[in-house]
Amino acid sequence: MIERLQNSDVILATVFKVLRGVTVLSKNREFYWRRLHSLLGIIPVGLFLVFHLSLNFTATGGEENYNNATGMMDLIPHWLLLIVEWVVIYIPILFHGLYGIFIAFTATHNVKRFGTFRNWMFAIQRFTGVFLVIFIAWHIFQTRVQKALGAEVEFSMMEEIVANPWMLAFYIVGIVSATFHLSNGIWAFLVSWGITQSPKSQKVASYVTMVFFVLLSIVGVAAILAFV
Amino acid sequence: MTTAVETTGRTVKLEIQRQDNPNGSTRWEKFEVPYRPGMNVISALMYIQQNPVTAEGQKTSPVTWDSNCLEEVCGACSMVINGRPRQSCSTLIDQLEQPIRLEPMRTFPVVRDLQVDRSRMFNALKKVKAWVPIDGSYDLGEGPRLPERKRQWAYELSKCMTCGVCMEACPNVSEKSSFIGPAPLSQVRLFNTHPTGAMNKDERLEAIMGDGGLANCGNSQNCVAACPKGIPLTTSIASLNRSTTVQMFRNFFGSDHMVD
Repeated sequence: MIERLQNSDVILATVFKVLRGVTVLSKNREFYWRRLHSLLGIIPVGLFLVFHLSLNFTATGGEENYNNATGMMDLIPHWLLLIVEWVVIYIPILFHGLYGIFIAFTATHNVKRFGTFRNWMFAIQRFTGVFLVIFIAWHIFQTRVQKALGAEVEFSMMEEIVANPWMLAFYIVGIVSATFHLSNGIWAFLVSWGITQSPKSQKVASYVTMVFFVLLSIVGVAAILAFV
Repeated sequence: MTTAVETTGRTVKLEIQRQDNPNGSTRWEKFEVPYRPGMNVISALMYIQQNPVTAEGQKTSPVTWDSNCLEEVCGACSMVINGRPRQSCSTLIDQLEQPIRLEPMRTFPVVRDLQVDRSRMFNALKKVKAWVPIDGSYDLGEGPRLPERKRQWAYELSKCMTCGVCMEACPNVSEKSSFIGPAPLSQVRLFNTHPTGAMNKDERLEAIMGDGGLANCGNSQNCVAACPKGIPLTTSIASLNRSTTVQMFRNFFGSDHMVD
């Protein structure tokens, strides 16, 4: 009995310590959460998007080409792939998405009164962000979850999905939202970390990231159209 | 001679958003005041104060607003004029489309009519220690000199009059967010630039690295577009982003350069 009590005391004390740790960590730590949100958007989520769209692009070379490229994934041991998926993709994207929703809903949009380029970018960044949470959730359900349930991820899987014109449109909007959100996110990252300080450098960064947006969108949309 | 007001026969049409108390309901009232050359928005408001009658001829209460210096230096008379936040003293009737629509800056708590409570800005200045502490028990002598070229751009930052226009323009400053806003942030850059002020620069950076601080900026850059004094607010924010990045590493890894 006494042993039990002591055990529960130890558990209670540990729970209390962890809770206190979380409170200490979260109190007055918004700066670090926001910086983490900014960083994770580029590394690894942004890098993953570029990798993902590049892999998809192999579909423009035909069905066999795509199946060979994605088949490379099967060479990685399953347990290692799962760890990489969770650490590099799911956890960062989940944090970035959920914290991003919180950020998006604290904004009061006023593009009607201030119709400047940057204010539009601010608004579109938040709209695409919220849309991407929905799109990515659906996309993961339609592909990765189906794979876990036994489906084969290959050319024909995407072919069946985009056979529906509405799904194709949904995917195109999703891809362009993602490429925009990343491109404008790179611009914001450069400002948020204090790399681009002068108005001139920020302007040059605008041009460079917008060219990046166009190029990456071409890669992404060309890839999805290859499945049609 | 006392009534030697030039009468042109023309009138100025205004629509003003009224609110009787801090949590009261709002309503729009129309006014028509005689035009005089060189009028500003405040002179139209002064006319309404003397003749509180709506355009429909109904008697109403005089419109309340804040103003002080009347030369765009104090920052008290800011309001939303035809959708844009600006000073009602330096906004000339001749340059406005009519009817002129006047609203309070709703990013702040409204006291009455066009009068708002900008306390959060002054509290923010206290929070970031927007001053140079020089008090001591003995004469500390002259401080370090400020390079002239630095003084020139720092002077631009010192023009801030806490008018609240940038706060009204910012989509991230509102009652539903705790963001400190552009004006107090730029003051951190100003006082951290001052060679004596820099002796407490880590304290100011810490203050804006807390909840609702610098990182809540979403880079819409409305503040710099709206600032009546042309203060490079977004450059200040980017500069502080860099300073806080460095400060973050200094805090974790340790540094001998917290205050220089």
